[in-house]
Amino acid sequence: MSDAHAHSIAFVRETELPPAPPPTAETGAVKWVRENLFSSIFNTIMTILGLLIVLYLLSGLIPWIVNGTWEGASIRDCRETLQGSGGGCFAVLAERWPQLLFGFQYPDYLRWRPSLAFALLFLAVPPVLFFKLPRWMLVITALYPFVAYWLIWGGTAITPIFALIGVIAGYFAFTRVERQGFVLGLLAGVIVAAIMWWIGGYIAAEEPGWLRIEAVPSREMGGFMLNMILGIVCVSLSIPIGIVLALGRQSRLPVVKGFCVVFIEFVRGVPLITLLFVANVVLAYFLPPGTNFDLIVRVIIMITMFSSAYIAEVIRGGLAALPKGQYEAGDSLGLDYAQSMRLIVLPQALKISIPGIVNVAVGLFKDTTLVSVISMFDLVGMIRGPILSSTAWTGVYWELWAAACVLFFVVCYGISQYSQWLERQLRTDHR
Amino acid sequence: MTTMTDPPKAEGFRIGQLINDKRYRSYTFQFIALVLLILSFGWLINNAMNNPILQRVGIDFGFLSDPAGYDINQQPIEYTSQSSHLRAAIIGAINTLIVAFLACVTATIFGVIAGVLRLSNNWIISKLMAVYVEMFRNIPVLIWIIIIFTVAANTFPPIAEFRIPRDGSDAERGLLFGMFAATNQGVFIPRLVFESAGWLVIGTFLASIVGVFGLRRYARHKLYSEGRIVPVLWPSIALLIVPTVLMQLLLGSPVGVENPEMGRFRFEGGFLMRPSLIALWFALSIYTGAFIAENVRAGILAVSKGQTEAAAALGLRPGRVMSLVVLPQALRVIIPPLISQYLNITKNTSLAIAVGYMDLTGTLGGITLNQTGRALECVLLLMAFYLTFSLAISAIMNVYNNSVALKER
Amino acid sequence: MKNSVLLGTLAFAGLAAAGASAATLDDVKARGTLNCGVTTGVPGFAEPDANGVWQGFDVAVCRAVAAAVLGDADAVTFVPTTGKTRFTALASGEIDMLARNTTWTFSRDTDLKFDFVGVNYYDGQGFMVPADLGVSSATELDGATVCIQTGTTTELNLADYFRVNGMSYEPVPIETGAEAVQQYLAGACDVYTTDRSALAAQRAGFENPDDSILLPEVVSKEPLGPLVRHGDSEWADIVRWTLNALISAEELGVTQANVEEMGSAAGDNPEVNRLLGTEGELGAMIGLDASWAKNAIAAVGNYGEVFDTNIGEGTAIGLARGLNAQYTDGGLIYSPPFR
Repeated sequence: MSDAHAHSIAFVRETELPPAPPPTAETGAVKWVRENLFSSIFNTIMTILGLLIVLYLLSGLIPWIVNGTWEGASIRDCRETLQGSGGGCFAVLAERWPQLLFGFQYPDYLRWRPSLAFALLFLAVPPVLFFKLPRWMLVITALYPFVAYWLIWGGTAITPIFALIGVIAGYFAFTRVERQGFVLGLLAGVIVAAIMWWIGGYIAAEEPGWLRIEAVPSREMGGFMLNMILGIVCVSLSIPIGIVLALGRQSRLPVVKGFCVVFIEFVRGVPLITLLFVANVVLAYFLPPGTNFDLIVRVIIMITMFSSAYIAEVIRGGLAALPKGQYEAGDSLGLDYAQSMRLIVLPQALKISIPGIVNVAVGLFKDTTLVSVISMFDLVGMIRGPILSSTAWTGVYWELWAAACVLFFVVCYGISQYSQWLERQLRTDHR
Repeated sequence: MTTMTDPPKAEGFRIGQLINDKRYRSYTFQFIALVLLILSFGWLINNAMNNPILQRVGIDFGFLSDPAGYDINQQPIEYTSQSSHLRAAIIGAINTLIVAFLACVTATIFGVIAGVLRLSNNWIISKLMAVYVEMFRNIPVLIWIIIIFTVAANTFPPIAEFRIPRDGSDAERGLLFGMFAATNQGVFIPRLVFESAGWLVIGTFLASIVGVFGLRRYARHKLYSEGRIVPVLWPSIALLIVPTVLMQLLLGSPVGVENPEMGRFRFEGGFLMRPSLIALWFALSIYTGAFIAENVRAGILAVSKGQTEAAAALGLRPGRVMSLVVLPQALRVIIPPLISQYLNITKNTSLAIAVGYMDLTGTLGGITLNQTGRALECVLLLMAFYLTFSLAISAIMNVYNNSVALKER
Repeated sequence: MKNSVLLGTLAFAGLAAAGASAATLDDVKARGTLNCGVTTGVPGFAEPDANGVWQGFDVAVCRAVAAAVLGDADAVTFVPTTGKTRFTALASGEIDMLARNTTWTFSRDTDLKFDFVGVNYYDGQGFMVPADLGVSSATELDGATVCIQTGTTTELNLADYFRVNGMSYEPVPIETGAEAVQQYLAGACDVYTTDRSALAAQRAGFENPDDSILLPEVVSKEPLGPLVRHGDSEWADIVRWTLNALISAEELGVTQANVEEMGSAAGDNPEVNRLLGTEGELGAMIGLDASWAKNAIAAVGNYGEVFDTNIGEGTAIGLARGLNAQYTDGGLIYSPPFR
């Protein structure tokens, strides 16, 4: 039968052949490796070089971390424990971590307060960052600065409460008077807020004991906490100022425009460190004799100036990116300048500028380390000053700097990842 | 209701118009702004005038001509401790420019390499570059400067290993090719020394460079007008080397090389790149390089794929595609952020103070300020310098930027 | 309105507005604490310990003044200053006095408008070199690399010394003492120069102190002392005589242990009685309690005790009294009489 069949007709397969697996060299890991690592001679060389670099880095890093010791009271103890095994002397972190985080002057039994303020940050910031959260949560954000101020600086609760009342009263005054014109509304708001603050300052001076927790003077802030305070305060202050400067730079009024241009270009033209020198050694000359700001406040003023100029430029980019039609639409609806800016232009321009603002914020946060140059004890200042000069830890550099790198990296990388996520979220126009 | 074209009734000017009439309102606002501005500046200046310290000490730039009294290690121009504070400030300014220039060049190189490699198909390489970029972008540059300075002091071989042992044996130990030595007191490299005829050799070399440009121009002209390809590479190299070498030989080697020689404590002669310079230079380049890498990557990604494919369809070789089609378009995107990175480098050189590099912040804003106590004057001069320099660079770069900008119809 | 805005902002930002008016004593009393400028950390002289409490020789002067004025040695706010910021901090009223191993020089006393109230440590600039460098005198340092802490008179003294002796050197300016030591230990400079007291203090912290030697040359006079703003003589008197009280106490045998007993009733020695307020009205003459000096001595001990506990031979710093012995022991420490 088979014979007959074979002679009468050529072989025809009647069923579909199951697909054969691809050659092993073309599948899975092997294919991936071939295509991604060894596709050409040049590529192979690069791969080997890359592997060597990775190996070299790991061979130094792993023993350092694995063999490291976390116990000991001084570098001598470390040397004894390690016996030249190449491990790190992480005991310095175990002993000095409160100093790295809070500075050496913040009372140790009060450290829970800034820690709590920091924890609350995770409640206060998400409503701003993630638009999908319910809007009422913004109230938490609005309350946060006052709570955090009270927790970190302490003192009577009257000060932050009246500061809050002042802001609320100012806002209500603004909405009341706004119908008569934006500027008048703003003026009314500012006056009402100032009056409330003034009353608050008066009451706080009269009743310093009301709801009082122990006060901590500004100069006792230090460590990473100082970097966080400076970063957060200055960025939040500089965003509104930046918006005003950006609008001023776009303005048709030559005086306003001129001032904004000169201010922005001046601040962007000089290094931050010279501004810090100003805060440190010059600013005192320009204040009325008798007023004596804390160094931290002077520094906050200068850093805020610095970052608001950069943020202004970012926002100006956002303003420029808006199609002209949007401005004209506002005009054609009969909106005045304040209305068209507030209702049409700024919401769109700010949306475009958010990634840029986040970049400025990260840069600024990193730049807060510069205050160590003017003898403030932020994280870098703590390491360079009290810790490295103490006789117990002379010569422990790598562990301390590694800790500083990790702290900054975690925060900055987190923010920049968020910024990239946001950029994807906001890319609504062309998809 | 009157028609729109009616002129406003000539009922004279009312005060209310200052607020309500759009024509006058801007003047009102400007006037108020101006008054506020003048008032606040006046307030600041008045405070300064009434400041008891300032009243006693006064503002006086005369200290600039007093002898400085301190020594500076890196002296691009002649300086002794008896020179004036002004001269010390000038040296500082030159040192700022030196490190800013060096860092700009190397940061660009690092940035371009890392940016291109990050787009590479090679998984390991692109991930390594990503790690590099993220590491350096997210950690403050001040920390990097200090870390690299510490590394330079602790990992380069101690200079003691290069010293001539007391028994006098093994004198040339460690000198690479008898010319270079990397020690923890700095990297010693040979220096060019010029005899009087040296400028002839230099002149020849400069003339050769001009010649090379001429040759390339000629080649391009030939290519466009006659379609003939004139070889450029080898003739350029020859043009660059041959006349200079001939001149050098003819004149009996007026340009010599001075090698570092071990003295009592350290190498004498030659040129010393100090650890502070190396740390600042390297840290700024590698830090800013990470930012430039991102700009470069964004620039290359911004050129649409269709451009590459169109160029390939025209039959251009991959190298030509890159140099004639992709790069010119990518550069347009890369240049503006690159300019601001250069400005950032210049401003960040002021962190030299952390490692004791004698830049302007170290001399004028550091030791001079300390020794004379003239804080206001020193800080003013310091700011004026940086401001002038930043504005000058952005002006120059804007001119270049305009020249490569898209010429729209 | 402007004022109220300012006030509101002040209250809001939680500023401590302290007056820099002429009467420093009133300010200090009103504030309840003394703002005292110190270094950012020199072992033995001023350094926060692991608990953040400032300790040291200069710190003791601050505490003594606080005890004399306010009766509480802990009522001091220590303001760390660098070489650059110390004078501005004092001039602007941020601090009431500066006790930061600052050299008494002509121009600082006159041109910068400060008053040095005395000398609490006679120092001089010296050199430290590794023992195996084979150098035994500073005159052999021609061509060496020298680490200097910037912002001090040291760099001027150094420049003068090498110029006068016709030698060259490579200066390596360093911002902080800790980093200078780090560079020196790594061999990035052959010589480390600063005040001899600081050299000794830092050498004591080395892993192998014997690997480094101090050269015999002292290239400058460095009388270190506390200073105050020019123009407030009452305050200057208080700081000056508090320091003198500590010095006299050592001379007169008053110690931290016996000051309570000696000060409780008038004794045989009239000068002790005047010092401790059991006789005469010395305290009232400078606007303080009669027990001002007693408080100061009870808080920190007499000059010799302060020296011994912070930098003396029994400590890790291990400085000998030398020039800083009482004049009766051949030193320069000498207090005018309390009369």
